[in-house]
Amino acid sequence: MKYLNEYRAPDTVKRLADAISALTTRPWRIMEVCGGQTHSILKYGIDQLLPEYVTLIHGPGCPVCVTPLTAIDKALAMARQPGVIFCSFGDMLRVPGSREDLLSVKARGADIRIVYSPLDALTIARQNLDKEIVFFGVGFETTAPATAIAVWQSKQDNLSNLSFLVCHVRVPPIVEALLVSTENSINGFLGAGHVCSIMGYQEYLPICHKHRKPIVITGFEPVDILQGIYLCLKQLEEKRYEVENQYRRVVNPNGNRTAQALMQNVFKVVDSHWRGLGKIPNSGLALSDEYNDRNAELRFDTGIDVVSEPHNCQSGQILQGLIKPPQCPEFGIRCTPETPLGATMVSSEGACAAYYRYRRHPHG
Amino acid sequence: MCLAIPGQIIAIDDHADPLKRTGQVDFFGISKVVSLGFVPEAKLNDFVIVHAGIALSLIDEEEAKASFQAFSELANRSDFE
Amino acid sequence: MAEINLNCPLPLPYEQIVMAHGGGGRLMQQLLDRLIQPVFDNPILAQKQDSAVITVNSAKLAFTTDSYVIKPLFFPGGDIGKLAVCGTLNDLAMSGAKPLYLSCSLIIEEGFPLADLKRILQSMQQSAQKAGVKIVTGDTKVVEQGKGDGLYINTAGIGIIESALAISPQKIHSGDSIIINGDIARHGIAIMLERESMQFDHHITSDCSDLSGIVHGLLDSGVQAHCMRDLTRGGLASVLLELASAADCHLEIDETAVPIHEAVSSACEILGFDPLYVANEGCFVLFVPEHQTYQALEILRLDPLGQQAAVIGKVIRPKPGGMVTVKTSFGTSRVLNLLSGEQLPRIC
Repeated sequence: MKYLNEYRAPDTVKRLADAISALTTRPWRIMEVCGGQTHSILKYGIDQLLPEYVTLIHGPGCPVCVTPLTAIDKALAMARQPGVIFCSFGDMLRVPGSREDLLSVKARGADIRIVYSPLDALTIARQNLDKEIVFFGVGFETTAPATAIAVWQSKQDNLSNLSFLVCHVRVPPIVEALLVSTENSINGFLGAGHVCSIMGYQEYLPICHKHRKPIVITGFEPVDILQGIYLCLKQLEEKRYEVENQYRRVVNPNGNRTAQALMQNVFKVVDSHWRGLGKIPNSGLALSDEYNDRNAELRFDTGIDVVSEPHNCQSGQILQGLIKPPQCPEFGIRCTPETPLGATMVSSEGACAAYYRYRRHPHG
Repeated sequence: MCLAIPGQIIAIDDHADPLKRTGQVDFFGISKVVSLGFVPEAKLNDFVIVHAGIALSLIDEEEAKASFQAFSELANRSDFE
Repeated sequence: MAEINLNCPLPLPYEQIVMAHGGGGRLMQQLLDRLIQPVFDNPILAQKQDSAVITVNSAKLAFTTDSYVIKPLFFPGGDIGKLAVCGTLNDLAMSGAKPLYLSCSLIIEEGFPLADLKRILQSMQQSAQKAGVKIVTGDTKVVEQGKGDGLYINTAGIGIIESALAISPQKIHSGDSIIINGDIARHGIAIMLERESMQFDHHITSDCSDLSGIVHGLLDSGVQAHCMRDLTRGGLASVLLELASAADCHLEIDETAVPIHEAVSSACEILGFDPLYVANEGCFVLFVPEHQTYQALEILRLDPLGQQAAVIGKVIRPKPGGMVTVKTSFGTSRVLNLLSGEQLPRIC
């Protein structure tokens, strides 16, 4: 598989790991913001290839995990209504709302469809003109343009039976918030390559300079991640702090201007609540007023206003990289993938679930 | 956060509105119609990176080669390719 | 981030059956261990084999049953009928039995087209005939519209064990080689792509097939199989975990040695699936003493279902409770765990 296999080549990986060992003279803590990178790191055991004193901290980069409870409860209420076909990405189905998840509602007979793309929802809407179709738009700036193009096209095509429950979130505000709250505990960041393919990385320049922390925009394959770590460590060792781009084959500094233009048209920037982290200013994307007629929250009266999240686990600290999942007293005991206390245990991308799956030794 | 996979454009369905342009993208044995709305410069046989049914960007072959070059310098070996 | 709330939802108590209880993962294991096994408690059931091995007048018989619930009923590479026959034949084969007779119970939803039913029954007969077994008894029930997905099938099977070999997880031994007959994850991917609204173009077909021929080729040639198990819903990982636990052994798998078709592997990349947990219907793992590894491989490769047979790992050492680790191509390793339920396509 071109552009995958060469980035998983064992000899290249080994050389990079050796170069990292040779380079590093002191302990460093690096956070990978993106859940996709966390997944790769644990699946391939990349952290096992690093010198002991280089620590990877897993960040909040899982849009499924951070989707607020209010949005999930609204989704559940819409999905339960007769005559509705509710379309969602697969990984949203197991995220618990206040009482249950979409999967249980589906098991009780609701018409919930797993789609690969928001554009699949357009097809479903055209094939089911007597039904109301709702698409649940979650995810970062990588996924938001896909929702944007589906919203735009549904308006162009006058598809009136399709609406959108939108709660997309933006990465730079959370990186900034993390930089503030983690103070001196994290030395450098690996930026999320696919988000930057859309947004570019200009937004990170002032953040990087203000906080004096290196940010390396990084891809997702083992070779990418190791090279990202190498570049980040090199900056740290040389006392530099810059925004650097490891993922040049996909990311250019300004991102995808066409996608950005459509997103500006379809969405507006709003304050957003992040599950486990609280409200973060300007961190969300909602449908712009021009698309009110496609807004599922206006089309369906769910009677749900704001759902407050019950107090329990430490996912907030895990999402900030302040503790690792096994350090949570509930991890693997009261909190398991079947009985998740927090969304980081639900999503296969969540740091807790990834640890549970790849690292927990079942019998001690 | 975002699962995106490289694939090759094997057919293009042009449209008067470039945002509605689509293409068949092959992911090594499985293919799908993907929106090319955000990559107006994409041509047949180009590689794109696809997420949730849209092409996010073209893959830059020159940059890919250059980054492999960087590995080789980093590993201090000239025979790396 | 001035206002950081350590907020999480409370756990969902399961007082009712949820889909994951049938998903072949951890919840199903809990249901078996905590409810079903204790209620029916007896020494034969306690062996936790796919087939019960019973002795009647000095004849050793294997007896098994399985229900088939699948959407869609017709899929690339098979249909529910072929699946219902092959699945039960495979359960018999894994205990080393030669299959003799099958039963067939149909639960049909009101309104189900007779033409489809005929197609499915013919497919069952075809698969049975090919394996040289007869479907000799059965039952038919009709349920109201909306109370079933068209058709459910249950089959039970009886076979005879002629070889003196005792094949069971308890025979698994340190040093044994772990062999697989073919490429993994085809069934699950074919079904997933067919069922959900994902609109991919592909030629991936289910691996649904009867393994009794290849298994008997192996046993008849004198390979001393310690244990065999066909892979089903929970994929290779779930079967290995179950066997590791039953045998109290640490198994190690070499990830790069596990055969997988390129298109299936691509589909897994796109959907975010780990192929080790994706369903199969024509694959089995075989534990043999190390010195018979190459003999077993050669014999497997003579069969059309064994063309891609490969050694995928070995039994490392005894370990109470069992453990399965996967060695990556980088020399690192990770621990396998049962998944809670079926994998769902993910965006992240």
